[in-house]
Amino acid sequence: MTTSDLTLPQVDPAPKPKGDRGSRRPRMIGAGRQLHAGPITYVVLAVFSLISLAPLLWTAIAASRDNTRLAQTPPPLWFGANLFKNMQAAWDEVGLGTAMLNSTLVAGTITISTVLFSTLAGFAFAKLRFKFSSALLLLTIGTMMIPPQLAVVPLYLWMADLGWSNQLQTVILPTLVTAFGTFFMRQYLVQALPTELIEAARMDGANSLRVVWHVVFPAARPAMAVLGLLTFVFAWNDFLWPIIALNQQNPTVQVALNGLGTGYVPDQAVIMAGALLGTLPLLIAFLLFGKQIVGGIMNGAIKG
Amino acid sequence: MKASPYAFITPFFLVFGAFGLVPLLYTGWYSLHSVQLSSLDKQTWVGLENYKNLWSSDFFWNALKNTFTIGLISTVPQLLLALGIAHLLNYKLRGSTLWRVVMLTPYATSVAAATLVFTLLYSWDGGMINWLLHFVGVDPINWRESDWGGQFAVSSIVIWRWTGYNALIYLAAMQAIPADLYESTALDGANRWQQFRHVTIPMLRPTILFTVVVSTIGATQLFGEPLLFGGSKGGSEHQYQTLGLYMYDQGWIIGNLGKASAIAWSMFLILLIVAAVNMLVNRRLRKSQ
Repeated sequence: MTTSDLTLPQVDPAPKPKGDRGSRRPRMIGAGRQLHAGPITYVVLAVFSLISLAPLLWTAIAASRDNTRLAQTPPPLWFGANLFKNMQAAWDEVGLGTAMLNSTLVAGTITISTVLFSTLAGFAFAKLRFKFSSALLLLTIGTMMIPPQLAVVPLYLWMADLGWSNQLQTVILPTLVTAFGTFFMRQYLVQALPTELIEAARMDGANSLRVVWHVVFPAARPAMAVLGLLTFVFAWNDFLWPIIALNQQNPTVQVALNGLGTGYVPDQAVIMAGALLGTLPLLIAFLLFGKQIVGGIMNGAIKG
Repeated sequence: MKASPYAFITPFFLVFGAFGLVPLLYTGWYSLHSVQLSSLDKQTWVGLENYKNLWSSDFFWNALKNTFTIGLISTVPQLLLALGIAHLLNYKLRGSTLWRVVMLTPYATSVAAATLVFTLLYSWDGGMINWLLHFVGVDPINWRESDWGGQFAVSSIVIWRWTGYNALIYLAAMQAIPADLYESTALDGANRWQQFRHVTIPMLRPTILFTVVVSTIGATQLFGEPLLFGGSKGGSEHQYQTLGLYMYDQGWIIGNLGKASAIAWSMFLILLIVAAVNMLVNRRLRKSQ
């Protein structure tokens, strides 16, 4: 998986720490500490929440002002009247419109393909017995450690050779299925899919594809949804390889934002409007599916 | 039926092979060549020249040092804060899901978007942070040009984006700790702080180790934040140029892809050393238990 983030999807959630393997402790969700929170807990959490949200809120404030105002002290603390004007400027002049479309296409394709192939591979690792399966699983986990920097020079040369420079497939293909996704689905299916169910289906004469379709996919559905959300966030935000492979003629959102940052638009308010627009789809996703995303990260961390 | 497990894992290994493993090996191969962005077809063998070049380059050692210091000042506070926040989230809270989603919101913000915003917040003249600091009597700081200021600013972006995420991972591990452990220590007269130190922290040790490894991997490849904060040199005097950024600068700004490959492989070797150390520590810990 190429990621420029910390997230090795790698950084992404969270193969369960090896050390836990041995201790089969009973899993009681919420059993840890059920002390009621006092007022101080709420106050401290409120402060951290403010730190979490303030930069985003301020992005919207800055995006609603103009460049002159943003250069003055004190900085604006409340909204101005230019939000839609600036967003329009970002959409048209900077080409964020094209970028949003491209990113939707790229992240959408990656999400569908990653969820599908990760579920298949995760199912094989979770429930099927085959030679070298544990070694291959270990290899899969190991690949999450490799930084994207190790791949970009040859990929760049090959894509140039193929005449693919600046085309969207260059950023789609390398991420069609990820180690993180495979491991994530494996962790889920180990627990959620009863082996007897697969055996029963086979006794009835179902072939592999039928087993996958009628038994594995229905059992995996909740985890597939969460993996889809996490993958979309990752793909939308991917940075290193896209800024190498694409230019401002055919950018994804992150490539366009990188262009904004390197200064061909001098208007800070338009830049902030661009940052806001580029983040908006994910903020909406968090608003709608925040609970599922949180659950996915937490489950990825402890299952195993 | 026999062949199907392999059919199921083939897509993953094909993609990993074609876009992960083979490029990794080729990066090693190119690192022994002179490859220039201006003439991609002409690749001449230079042996270890690129590595010798790095070894004697001040900028390489500077980037290595910056990667290490930024990694340290972004990872340590981040994980400590995450631990504290997870502890608070683990109380019985009203609206517990809402608190968790709010803490995770920065994770939705891309490196590029977050850095654009923070760059403005940190601007020398009229930036929000200098304005807030003036209330406590601090003179305006030129974050982008100062040595530690730039590193601090870059780290703060990392901390902002990742603390909530790590808090959720710790929270998940905390909730898996059996309640009777707390009860028995409570019977022994332990207060909350002692419980946190003697029950929570030891039980979280594998998770903490895991987040340290993941954050270390992330810190090693840190790239987008310093790029957008201060350009591909990482500040006018390379104050916060990391290894990942140095590689990008050498490869795609200066146009020396051979040298960039050598930098990438140096990063890889460093990660292998980190992994080996981690394995040793892990084994030690397990033995001592």
